[in-house]
Amino acid sequence: MSIIGPSGSGKSTFLRCLNYLEEPTRGRVTIGDTVVDTSSVHRKEVVKFRRKSSMIFQSYNLFKNKTALENIAEALIVVRKIDGKQAVERAGKIMKKIGLEGKEDSYPTQLSGGQQQRVGIGRAMALETDVILFDEPTSALDPELVGEVLELIKSLAEEGRSMIIVTHEMKFAREVSDRVVFMEDGIILAEGTPEEILVSPKNKRIEAFLGKIS
Amino acid sequence: MDFKVQAMTDLFPILFKAVGMTLKLSFSSALAALVLAVAIALIRHFKIKFLYGITGIYISFFRGTPLLVQLFLLYYGLPQVFPVFINITAFGAAVLGLSLHFSAYMAETIRGALASVDKGQTEAGLSVGMTNLQVMKRIVIPQAIRVAVPSLVNTSIDMLKSSSLAFTLGLAEIMAKTQLEAASSYRFLESYLTVSIFYWVMVAVLERVQRYLEKRLGRAYEQRSRDVKSRGIIQRFWRDKGIKGYKLPA
Repeated sequence: MSIIGPSGSGKSTFLRCLNYLEEPTRGRVTIGDTVVDTSSVHRKEVVKFRRKSSMIFQSYNLFKNKTALENIAEALIVVRKIDGKQAVERAGKIMKKIGLEGKEDSYPTQLSGGQQQRVGIGRAMALETDVILFDEPTSALDPELVGEVLELIKSLAEEGRSMIIVTHEMKFAREVSDRVVFMEDGIILAEGTPEEILVSPKNKRIEAFLGKIS
Repeated sequence: MDFKVQAMTDLFPILFKAVGMTLKLSFSSALAALVLAVAIALIRHFKIKFLYGITGIYISFFRGTPLLVQLFLLYYGLPQVFPVFINITAFGAAVLGLSLHFSAYMAETIRGALASVDKGQTEAGLSVGMTNLQVMKRIVIPQAIRVAVPSLVNTSIDMLKSSSLAFTLGLAEIMAKTQLEAASSYRFLESYLTVSIFYWVMVAVLERVQRYLEKRLGRAYEQRSRDVKSRGIIQRFWRDKGIKGYKLPA
């Protein structure tokens, strides 16, 4: 599922609420069979709820003091309590999957933006959460590096993973999404298949938005 | 010129015997100060209510008054009013004074270092399911240490040298011994020069430690491999353009 809309419309905030990095002022959030009611939520519940989803950030936010492999293995060991050796093995497999074999021992500063974001995606993949959240995963990248990241996200979509992506890449949204949501001023204006929203939008505001960016 | 090298060489063995006291004093104080500073920095970083205000006053007081005054307050002043302090040794008072004083500086250094770690690092940690404590321990603090090290070593150097003030409490460290020798031999220049060398050498060792720590902690931030490669490409670009002698700024 993709979320599109003009900047400042609350797309990222909405996504961050799902991961509870932003505290929703009211309402309920449900992921799978886990429900969190914002009015009566306990801190421990928040931590538990967060583990239902994983997040990819616009600015990658890789752990700067850890290597690429450690970035992926870290949460497996610390959060999932998987034995160190096994975790490293699993992280190694993911490094291969994201096409960064041989970069295991590189630190984030030694990787290009595209590579860093792929590690970021790998870190989220490793957790095998119910849903992966992408917060403008390619907005901070140089144009020539956007492709490799989108390619990886696409391959994840093809595996049938549940993902919610906030993006400005309309072509990409059309190709990979089952559903597209259009947000403006903090509310959902329209929701539908990529065709309904992106190809033949009925809403004038969406039309204007698409006209402006293409 | 009346300069007797022998006055210096005579003083050497005497100071060698006393240098242990200086080291013990500095080391204990540095350790105690660091522990105190971390606690204070965390209180200030997380703005823990009630304690936040107290630590603010603490830092302000211990940075705002001279170390010598603090030492006198502790050793000569407090025992007059509070009987608990009557049995405090000169060493105890010196360690207490030094660590209280310098913990105020170190706390501010550490607080600044914690604040320097990008908020995105914390968010990333939380997003993969870590608890706040895990994020602090595994992500934020290790990154903050790197930022804090140069400044912490700096404060430690200051502390080592400030331990010389302990002679005013009658503690037999190298400054006290020097004073004694100088007063009896009237060889002031030679004596103070000798003790200067002692301090300088100890500080030089600390500088080495700092360099080692910075190198170790900075490993994750070296761009060597990538840098070298891109430099080659850029230089080739200029060469192909026929511009010779173009040098990249270091």
